Amino acid sequence: MLQKELMSKKRDEFEDILEERRVSSDLRYAMKCYAPVIYKGLSPCKPNAIKSAVLQSEQVQYVIKQLAKETGESPDIIQEEAMEILDEMGHSMQLGAVRFFAFTLSKIFKRLFQRVCVNEEGMQRLQQAIQEHPVVLLPSHRSYIDFLMLSYLLYTYDLALPVIAAGIDFLGMKIVGELLRRAGAFFMRRSFGGNRLYWAVFAEYVKTMLRNGYAPIEFFLEGTRSRTAKTLTPKFGLLSIVMEPFFKREVFDTYLVPISISYERILEESLYAYELLGVPKPKESTSGLLKARRILSDNFGTIHIYVGQPVSLRTLASGRINRCPYNLVPRHLPQKPSDDIQEFVSDVAYKMELLQIENMVLRPWVLVAAVLLQNLPAVDFELLIEKTLWLKGLTQTFGGFIEWPDNLCAKKAITSGLALHSNIARLVDGHVVLNDKGTEDGAVGEIIFKRALAVLMCGTYRNQLLNVFVRPSLVVVALQMTRSFRKEEVYSCFSFLRDVFSDEFIFFPGISLKDFEEGCFLLTKCGAIQTTQQEIYPTDKGSVVISFLSAMFRPFMEGYQLIFRYLSKEAKETFTEKQFISGVRNFVFQLLEKGNTQCYEALSSDIQKNALAALVQLGAVKKKKMTNGFTYSINQEAVNKILDMFDSRIPVQKPVAARL
Amino acid sequence: MAAPAEEAAGSGSGSPSSARRRLSIISGHLRGSPWAPGREGPSPSPCKAWGAPAGPASGSIPKKRQELLKWNGWGYNDSKFIFNKKGQAEFTGRRYRLGGMVLPTFKEWIEKTFGASLEHKSTSRASLNVNDVPPSIISEEFLQDLIATKISYSQDAEDRVFRAHGHCLHEIFALREGIFRRIPDIVVWPVCHEDVVKIVELACKHSLCIIPFGGGTSVSSALECPEEEKRTIVSLDTSQMNRILWIDEKNLTACVEAGIVGQDLEKQLAESGFCTGHEPDSMEFSSLGGWVATRASGMKKNIYGNIEDLVIHIKMVTPRGIVEKNCQVPRMSTGPDIHHFIMGSEGTLGVVTEVTIKIRPVPEYQKYGSVVFPNFERGVACLREVAKQRCAPASIRLVDNAQFQFGHALKPQVASIFTSFLDGLKKFYITKFKGFDPNILCVATLLFEGDREKVLQHEKQVYDIATKFGGLAAGEDNGQRGYMLTFVIAYLRDLGLDYYVIGESFETSVPWDRVLDLCRNVKERIVRECKEKGVQFAPFSTCRVTQTYDAGACVYFYFAFNYRGISDPIHVYEQIERAAREEILANGGSLSHHHGVGKLRKRWMKESISDVGLGMLRSVKEYVDPNNIFGNKNLL
Repeated sequence: MLQKELMSKKRDEFEDILEERRVSSDLRYAMKCYAPVIYKGLSPCKPNAIKSAVLQSEQVQYVIKQLAKETGESPDIIQEEAMEILDEMGHSMQLGAVRFFAFTLSKIFKRLFQRVCVNEEGMQRLQQAIQEHPVVLLPSHRSYIDFLMLSYLLYTYDLALPVIAAGIDFLGMKIVGELLRRAGAFFMRRSFGGNRLYWAVFAEYVKTMLRNGYAPIEFFLEGTRSRTAKTLTPKFGLLSIVMEPFFKREVFDTYLVPISISYERILEESLYAYELLGVPKPKESTSGLLKARRILSDNFGTIHIYVGQPVSLRTLASGRINRCPYNLVPRHLPQKPSDDIQEFVSDVAYKMELLQIENMVLRPWVLVAAVLLQNLPAVDFELLIEKTLWLKGLTQTFGGFIEWPDNLCAKKAITSGLALHSNIARLVDGHVVLNDKGTEDGAVGEIIFKRALAVLMCGTYRNQLLNVFVRPSLVVVALQMTRSFRKEEVYSCFSFLRDVFSDEFIFFPGISLKDFEEGCFLLTKCGAIQTTQQEIYPTDKGSVVISFLSAMFRPFMEGYQLIFRYLSKEAKETFTEKQFISGVRNFVFQLLEKGNTQCYEALSSDIQKNALAALVQLGAVKKKKMTNGFTYSINQEAVNKILDMFDSRIPVQKPVAARL
Repeated sequence: MAAPAEEAAGSGSGSPSSARRRLSIISGHLRGSPWAPGREGPSPSPCKAWGAPAGPASGSIPKKRQELLKWNGWGYNDSKFIFNKKGQAEFTGRRYRLGGMVLPTFKEWIEKTFGASLEHKSTSRASLNVNDVPPSIISEEFLQDLIATKISYSQDAEDRVFRAHGHCLHEIFALREGIFRRIPDIVVWPVCHEDVVKIVELACKHSLCIIPFGGGTSVSSALECPEEEKRTIVSLDTSQMNRILWIDEKNLTACVEAGIVGQDLEKQLAESGFCTGHEPDSMEFSSLGGWVATRASGMKKNIYGNIEDLVIHIKMVTPRGIVEKNCQVPRMSTGPDIHHFIMGSEGTLGVVTEVTIKIRPVPEYQKYGSVVFPNFERGVACLREVAKQRCAPASIRLVDNAQFQFGHALKPQVASIFTSFLDGLKKFYITKFKGFDPNILCVATLLFEGDREKVLQHEKQVYDIATKFGGLAAGEDNGQRGYMLTFVIAYLRDLGLDYYVIGESFETSVPWDRVLDLCRNVKERIVRECKEKGVQFAPFSTCRVTQTYDAGACVYFYFAFNYRGISDPIHVYEQIERAAREEILANGGSLSHHHGVGKLRKRWMKESISDVGLGMLRSVKEYVDPNNIFGNKNLL
């Protein structure tokens, strides 16, 4: 059963859409006859008609009346406010703007990228889906390029352009913001939890477009660009909004389409690394974008876009949401979703992210980065080739989606990868070294910073492998931690690790045992372990795999260990997230300076935040909402216990699933 | 008490535009109908009736039902759709307005809609094979006691089989191709309340199971005998309890025996200038007791009300004794209304024997009408507005486009060139001049009733509202044809069965704001389920909003498909019907508006009325009928 599931991944072929653009006129392309297929139940209307429909909707009117009653404000004034929100938010898609984008993006993309590869079958499935039911596009989010590229792609294939939920900070970019709006973007404030009017207007706006089948709706489950190229845990707000029309049966079904966009080289890679190390990201501004022009002369390799199989929400819900929770209350009243529904939304979110991960393309450089990071400061070129090839085999065994460029031999593929990523690593005297020497003889602090920068940038590529490797690797780590072969104990430890890393990697909620079995299955498949009814043994020839896997996840094990140690020794009783991050950073920095650790990745604010979130979930840290944000307070005993388990001073004890 | 309320059943409508003519058509059914006496003739039992003739009146339905009615299909033996020698569809018999008429476009519609071909026939067996019928098992003691009461009875195989079913698709299919595993062991024909009391006493004494039988028009598997029932099953046929006992003109009420069928009730009341106005589409065959037992609804409920609004007093015989009230008053505050335990009890508590029902003077004037809307959404909005203003005519229905085309296909050959020219002109006006898309537009059919002046005034009010929603008046003829469709559809199913097409109707009630979503989603679900189950030709899936209320509407669905290439069509059909019901419930619709639950929809009762609600009903059943004499296993 499991075997079948893991082996049945058959993927489509890719097609380069830039190829055509390089040989024919961009202008003609931008002016082409554009008559996209539309939803069969579409009631055509203009963006402004949608806005007024939203404003007049029972949902929004209800909230306006409620607020008027509560605040004593006149409903007219609140209505005005709602109108302003709508104007700020609403898109005004115009074909002219779309054509302008089609033209300029053609030019830009051809400069930036060698190829933009798309699975055409996926596009055909999407075309079919758009006609049948309202469609929600759920792309992965690694770069600002994502949504530009996706709209560009849909235009190229003569599909309806999506309306996109974009962060409102784009609006700060004067001309570009307006252009984006005309290309179909609509904007949401980053956080509006407390503002009921905003929430009502926003939710109704999204739902109105969905119900009308106006256009596909696009947003990012991850909520923001992943700075580490590792999939972020999903946000549920928008997803639950787009699922609601189905729950209330205002639409027959809704298609969710996972889309995996993989970059051979990420445009923002160095920006991200700085940001993770605490150098704040520049605010989006038009002039900032213009400065970024110099990147136009750079080469960013190939993009792979894999449009996944549209998933029917109705099929997902069948058997899950049996009761009719919305039957007893008028559908326009705001209603907190039941626990059942919330759990379902969360499950769907994780499922969609796992589908994204499954179809993320892995380029040779990703393998190189993983090998390189285990062999710092330098690795022999020949050895690197050998190890990379070995890793390629292992990745494929684990179900990773490797695209090897044009059947190049390993050496050429790796050389071209090195050329593309010359800012990260280079070949010196037959050895590949990390590009971490900025100013030759700077202060110690500066050297560490430069090195951390290089490690994090390199890590961004290795990270793309992690979600494919995480299950077998955590089994391996658990095996080493428990120092026992008893399946029960290994599982218990695995399950503990899975909980600790629940914000670091993507696990489908509540199926720890299945994940464990999958990990064991994959390790057995590559010959690293043997299992009996009760026990798990590493095999002799498996030691290479086992040590590789555990080294791959060592930065996370060590990083978390350092963070826990900081919390148990140095942290104050209560603190804010900001204080926590700078505290950890200083703590780790000092250890690095003294040479007491080599874990540069512990400097990454991403790991720090994830670890904190995990502790909150494990109950070792309490999160409290204050007037000016959240504060955290430590339960020392619980943190110490987790730390002890990490240090393998005490065995992991967790209630074991009975079925094992 | 069989569920009578199947709207798909034939009503006597299709008559010209006056109530009297409508009734005269129905009575026309009767003139030719032979009254076949039962095996033992009228019973001389000492039934007392106040001012009514002693013994059973001559009802329309004989004891030997099969002499008048089809044994394996709907309605009268002489009325059915056929394809004549020219290959044109024709409706036989003289009972209905459509009788003897040729329907030139109907064949093409069938072929187009179902992908059916007249070359592929699936014929029913010619007659019932008596040898297949399960034997009648009866104890000698009971038989002796029964004979002593002088109540008419029969153990004949045909009599028993024809009371073992209603008109669900699987039941008719079983008659055509198979047999029921369990049928009644004996049929009894009480002629009055006292006879029923005796039968129930005997059943208690000998531990028998009684299944009351009224008109036999159930569409909820309510009449099916539970297969595992080991006791003797007595089918208690109320058809010979069919007298009007008295009419009270001062209070406008009439006391009627529960076995009377709708057409007889209206005909006999009309002789005194009255009517009940209760016209479920099955009124030719369904009985007063059945209406009570299933909470029936009539087409003209906007004027006359549903059965619960019409009933003043009910007398019911239960194993505990007789339940009734002490007076006949319009309303009383004496705890929960016991009538509401009886209405909708589906034969699980006892036998309704006598009902006092409201009557009204026969209306002076009746007029059909119709309105074309550019689309279904506008039509629903108009019906909602009409309901809001509480000015609904006697009947107002909105059919979707598919059903409009269906109705159109049943248009008889036009008599003159002039008429066809006019038709063409009308079509041109609506589609070209007004820009209605013939594949999207939909039609509301109307029936007004009352004083001539008031009807005309009312008509204007409704048409004015319709205009606001983009509606165009489309004439009386279209309206009338719409109502005709509801009674011929049951006959049509028999035609479909001959050509590998199976179908059924089902209904629900739903709040106004969910009407559109429910209609769209249920139809879509049916199409999708058919596809998944391997139905090769897209199904016919259509609906109409058939009743309006203050807070919502009743929606009626037809669903049929061509089953060629499917090995177990009934199973596939049932899966799809079940999915459609799930969809209705998920869309905020009810389990049933008027067909009832029976055994077909029992599985959803708990979610419909909650655990405690079900327990309340159970405890009534346990008190009234602790030994489950009325063991048809409906509802609970």
